[in-house]
Amino acid sequence: MSGLQLLWFILIGLLFSGYFFLEGFDYGVGMSVQTLAHDEHEKDQIIETIGPIWDGNEVWLLTAGGAIFASFPYWYASMFSGYYLILFIILVGLIIRGVSFEFRSKMPGNKKKVWNWTLAIGSFIVPFFFGILFISMIQGMPLDAAGNMKAGFTDYINLYSVVGGVALTLLCYLHGLNYLTLKTLGPVRDRARNYAELFYWVLYVGLVVFAVLMYFQTDFFTLHPITTLSLLVVIVALSVIANVAVAKRKEMLAFLASGLTMIALVSLLFSGLFPRVMVSSLTHKNDLLIVNASSSPYTLHIMTILAFTILPFVLAYTAWTYYVFRKRIKHPKFDVEGEVVNAG
Amino acid sequence: MMDIVTLARFQFAMTTIFHFFFVPFTIGTGFAVAVMETMYVRSKNELYKKMAKFWGNIFLLSFAVGVVTGIIQEFQFGMNWSDYSRFVGDIFGAPLAIEALLAFFMESTFLGLWIFTWDRMKPKVHVIFIWLTAFASILSAFWILAANSFMQHPVGYTLKNGRAEMNDFGALLSNHQVWYEFSHVIAGAITMGGIIIAGLSAFQLLKKSQKAKDFFRKSLRLGLVISLVGSVAVITAGDLQMKDLVTQQPMKFAATEGNYKDTGDPAAWTLIAWANEKDHTQAFGVDIPYMLSILAYNKPSGSIKGMNTVNKELTVKYGNKNYYPSVNTLFYSFRVMAAFGALMFLVSALGLFFTRKKKPSLYEHKWMLWIIGLTTFTPFMANTAGWLITELGRFPWTVYGLFTMKQSVSPNVSVTSLFISNTVYFLLFAGLASVMVYLVIRELHKGPDYEEKKLETEAKINSDPFDKEAFS
Repeated sequence: MSGLQLLWFILIGLLFSGYFFLEGFDYGVGMSVQTLAHDEHEKDQIIETIGPIWDGNEVWLLTAGGAIFASFPYWYASMFSGYYLILFIILVGLIIRGVSFEFRSKMPGNKKKVWNWTLAIGSFIVPFFFGILFISMIQGMPLDAAGNMKAGFTDYINLYSVVGGVALTLLCYLHGLNYLTLKTLGPVRDRARNYAELFYWVLYVGLVVFAVLMYFQTDFFTLHPITTLSLLVVIVALSVIANVAVAKRKEMLAFLASGLTMIALVSLLFSGLFPRVMVSSLTHKNDLLIVNASSSPYTLHIMTILAFTILPFVLAYTAWTYYVFRKRIKHPKFDVEGEVVNAG
Repeated sequence: MMDIVTLARFQFAMTTIFHFFFVPFTIGTGFAVAVMETMYVRSKNELYKKMAKFWGNIFLLSFAVGVVTGIIQEFQFGMNWSDYSRFVGDIFGAPLAIEALLAFFMESTFLGLWIFTWDRMKPKVHVIFIWLTAFASILSAFWILAANSFMQHPVGYTLKNGRAEMNDFGALLSNHQVWYEFSHVIAGAITMGGIIIAGLSAFQLLKKSQKAKDFFRKSLRLGLVISLVGSVAVITAGDLQMKDLVTQQPMKFAATEGNYKDTGDPAAWTLIAWANEKDHTQAFGVDIPYMLSILAYNKPSGSIKGMNTVNKELTVKYGNKNYYPSVNTLFYSFRVMAAFGALMFLVSALGLFFTRKKKPSLYEHKWMLWIIGLTTFTPFMANTAGWLITELGRFPWTVYGLFTMKQSVSPNVSVTSLFISNTVYFLLFAGLASVMVYLVIRELHKGPDYEEKKLETEAKINSDPFDKEAFS
């Protein structure tokens, strides 16, 4: 394995980390539209917290997809064709969710409801099925010698992959709730905090089951016992920190902790896969490895130069955007202290 | 007929055509909105601000649908064409990744800033956001067309390890094909933006009750100026691209002309014809003498190879395959594209003439407004026709001369999966298109003076989450 191959494996992991850190809370916020808000004003308020930034966050996924294609074409080909229906469902989720923002804002009042639902359902579908995809991928899928995957229903959907899907959805939801506590004022902020405190207890149960199943369903513990165990501990620790921070109203800390949980989770998946990119359940000879799934040294070289030239700019203007939109979003009927301004 | 190659091709055609309704729409209207806002910044005339906001709403609707349908494009190479992805990934993936990294981030970030900072940023700063968005959307077109150009005219590669590996990145970017495609597509997009604004304004001016007459008259004129410049550029670019095809992809060229046999010298141009695609003959054709020589070589002499000759040459070069594309589709696509392109130019030029400040007679004639109004639909058809020529004319290759469609498809994807995704995409697209049309009409009904009764949702006092109190 060359240094560039390793670098791109790490970069793909970083892109997915960025995706789940940023768009993760967008999904949580999207789900909150139908689970947290009590009226249309609150829905406006919730959506406005991510209005200017969600689209940029989604580009992390597109970049991750493009980067896999460019740096590991064999991985891209095997994964995307093998997970045909799962990715198809994810695409449908992304589509109905993506148009919701614009359509909702331009619809007359009574027709907004449809687009609240598409936003919430789309936001739920995407992380849930990404959870299924990644977890079944680390369990191993029937890859033949040519790298083609012909899997049956239970290869995709089984106890562990569903637990993974639920866990990822829950992590996004909590991340979104932490974001909302940080970015709103009034009843939405209080409710988001209460929900987060409650759902962290559900998450703990989920994480324990997740870790136990990882032991039985993957080879992570035999292959990389130290990193796997320590990253699992980090994930749990970060969840506890976030939970305590929520309770102590340290909102920024809670948000950062739930974001870092996402990064730790992606790191766990990628370090466990290493040095493979896909695991074959048929025979280990068919495993797709970093070393034989990648592009040529020339392409990796070009891509490295471009990535390191462009990424700093992307990070800089993204950070600036977050700074521009740093203020909290208020509910129209409440002032900052949460007192009712105009009860009507 | 329901094999995976056919279904995958159908899906590629459907998703690309639908996506490309909105790509040039977005690039074109985005550019026009940037022009409007610049005029506002320079003249401080509120009317231009109103224009930028109003047409900005139409632009945003198109942007939303364009973005979500674009995600399918990036995923479907791997989903439907995995063996293709293996074969060209070393080259083809790079422009897609760069497109996301360089263009998509810029486009979506600055668009977010543009939408939400009208009241917060100085006009001079705010206008930069829309220009960066427009610039990024043009950049993204370049990279995706660089990828497409490799399929049309592969350069900068070597065949190694059973795949095409990149050995010259510079050659990918200096591929003459990409510059033809890029100028053609961008000029087409700018024309489309102008035509849509002019056409929708014309429909509004047809309404007797229309209160914002000045607004729509100004919009109509500005739209026509943009489409006039755009259509001159698109005709020039298209002409150059066609001339290039004569030598680069002679089969595509011959098919768009419906010529099975070699033409005489000078070559006549076929106005209308019908091909018997099964026995490779022309059922009938109406010819205009000299015209094709002029179109192909800029002089009244020179012959063009027919498809039968090209077929023989290709068979010698690449072996025994069916090299005949869908001749009638290509033939009529070309005529639709060229006719509508010319029509857009004429409508723009005449429209500007009849709305000149000295004697603006156009507004009194309903039929003239109707013509401009109906022209709104022509760029959609011209664009679709253009891509049908480009992509169907590549038959039977995915990468010209290197890799065929049959080799490209995902061998592990079932007919059922493809059938499901085709059906759902179709229904989804039909739904999105209906909502889109409904909302555009609604925006037009609201008119430029409509102010959303928006409730104040932002705190006025310091509520900065980076502030100390947020941590305490």
